[in-house]
Amino acid sequence: MTQLRSDLSRRRILFGSAALGAGALLSACTSNEATPTEAQTKAAANSSAGANAPGKQVTIGFSAPAADHGWIAAITNNAKAQAGAYSDVKLQSVEAGADAAAQRAALSTLISQKPDVIVLLPHDGKELNAFGLEAMKAGIPVVNLDRAFPDPKAYRLQIKGDNYGMGVAAATYIIEQLKAKGVSNPVIGEIAGMDELELTQERSKGFADTLAQNGLKVANRRAARFTADSGQQEATGLFQALPKIDAIWNHDDDQGIGVLAAVNQANRKEFFMVGGAGSKKAMEDIKADNTVLKATVTYSPSMASSAITLARLIGQGKGMSDLVELQVPKEIVLASETITKENASDYLKLGF
Amino acid sequence: MSDTTPTATQLPAQSPPVDPAQTTAAEHAAAALAPAGGRIPFWSGAGGEGARRNLGLLATLVILVVIGIATRPDLYGDANWVWGNTLTILKLASVVGVVTVGMTFVIIGGGIDLSVGAIVALAGVWCTTLATQSYGAGGMIFSALVVGLAVGVVNGVLISYGRLVPFIATLAMMVAARGLAAQISEKQTQVSNSQFINGLASTKVLGIPLLVYILAAVVLAGWVLLNRTTFGRRTVAVGGNAEAARLAGINVRLHTLLLYALSGLCCGIAAIMLTAQANSAQAAMANLYELDAIAAAIIGGTLLTGGRGTIVGSLLGVIIFSTITNLFAINGLSTEAQNMVKGGIIVAAVLVQQVQFRGLGGRFGGKRASTA
Repeated sequence: MTQLRSDLSRRRILFGSAALGAGALLSACTSNEATPTEAQTKAAANSSAGANAPGKQVTIGFSAPAADHGWIAAITNNAKAQAGAYSDVKLQSVEAGADAAAQRAALSTLISQKPDVIVLLPHDGKELNAFGLEAMKAGIPVVNLDRAFPDPKAYRLQIKGDNYGMGVAAATYIIEQLKAKGVSNPVIGEIAGMDELELTQERSKGFADTLAQNGLKVANRRAARFTADSGQQEATGLFQALPKIDAIWNHDDDQGIGVLAAVNQANRKEFFMVGGAGSKKAMEDIKADNTVLKATVTYSPSMASSAITLARLIGQGKGMSDLVELQVPKEIVLASETITKENASDYLKLGF
Repeated sequence: MSDTTPTATQLPAQSPPVDPAQTTAAEHAAAALAPAGGRIPFWSGAGGEGARRNLGLLATLVILVVIGIATRPDLYGDANWVWGNTLTILKLASVVGVVTVGMTFVIIGGGIDLSVGAIVALAGVWCTTLATQSYGAGGMIFSALVVGLAVGVVNGVLISYGRLVPFIATLAMMVAARGLAAQISEKQTQVSNSQFINGLASTKVLGIPLLVYILAAVVLAGWVLLNRTTFGRRTVAVGGNAEAARLAGINVRLHTLLLYALSGLCCGIAAIMLTAQANSAQAAMANLYELDAIAAAIIGGTLLTGGRGTIVGSLLGVIIFSTITNLFAINGLSTEAQNMVKGGIIVAAVLVQQVQFRGLGGRFGGKRASTA
């Protein structure tokens, strides 16, 4: 019995120290310190005149969904970095939680703190429309970032990307390339993002409409979930369905990492691919020109930096210095630009 | 070590204490009397109900393939494509398959593990941080395995010694592990720069992807562990009737802990495979794998209340689901429709399970059918 005990305890000590050692080694492994991605800010210091001149102190309340993928993370980082670039801006950031209900709760505490302006990327524009109205009624201008409120009275400014235009740009590039190559009856595949989001439907509609105007259609469309592993899985399915492909549009560069992995694993090279959103890695791949990824259509998270800049102007009652108007416009829709090997270097600083 | 207080909370299968020796003897006797139709313990080899159920799953697979042939004769006409597609289906099944092996053990042991997807994500994120990647592929594999195992041990300690209900403990872990993964990754997609890891997904040995071999190895190890070792028999005993197992001298708490640790380890292996496939990891990856794994185990014949289940059945369950995914992809149908079909198949499988038990009636049927 005592023999057994001591054996057990020796084993335990061995196990225990092994576990401790592994734990120590592992806890050293959570660091991600390398070159942090530079945030996309506009320097405030380069001109002391006009709208950039320091003015009245502005407190900006900010809320965006808890990020689970690169684009949303870049939105939050950009907003914080841009606010930090102004000496007269104080950013009050509230975590928006996992869904619209959680975001509504977080925002009601924000209203009670009376910020000068609120910049908001809602989980869902329709669900948070009421909040926009409430804040505007309380005299706090609301800047809607990217996911629109249906009611124009619910926001002072709306700045968003062009989802439909993204599909149009992707289709336009694909059509041009196919024409240049002289491909007849091309097989076109599409790997969409999360299908339950309106933005995915708009992107796909823009893509399908533009193709249809040229007498083309999507041969197979798979919906992934903006994650690399789902992109890999859906791309693999697409390759099985279409033994020969001429072109693919993949909606999101983050999931594109998985799509490109699937391309390698399936050893398919006969097609070219267009990405979406404009991540740094995608731009580097396009520039290096050593994968099937030949272009990406932008949906840049730099809009968060612009939203903070405009919120500051609204808070100070100034207009945009390059425009004639004395106040900031009501709606700004960013154009979706096409990045290819030729212009990738110019856009690299906007990659996230 | 002593485990004297009988705890009602630890008994997922609400059955009265039975002498396990008696039960086993009775089951053996039943097997001897009715080898063709009766219920026999699955560890006594092929035949009986387990085999019939697996035949049913194989028939389902054949039906799915026939539907594939009927809807895409152009693709199925090409033998090369058929072979490649079969490998693709198996490769698709490999990651969830490894997770399902661990899940099968946990469910047979009377528990449930809702945190598997989150553990895969956490292990994947942990092994792709820049700091871990600086240790090379060996460091990445080591950290994924240890993180998976460690989270599984935490689950096990909470459940067996902290006396939390498995559902609650692993639900909490599901949320917490994804949170930690998001924290570590700073919500970014972490690209794996290890050629070795990325190569795991594209390497083929004798024309068959390496990932399929890994799946085969894990399935084989799981089968041996469940059917040919005392660990496996204890798992069945603990899941069938924890109180009886305790009276028979099994350390139920320690055994339960080991089951969750095993599930965690499987998640660690799966994390390496998934990271290799996607060449990256992020906190949102392995989305809903817990449901995929539980569903595969259930349609494979594992009883959700514990005490019965087979590794082969679970494997067939995973392959059926990945065949359905493949079938919908090659026909260009939407994911929504696919999820509806999957839901229908799960319901059908459970209904079949219930009908079979009712049909047996009496001692086994009456009690279990109500909980199935």
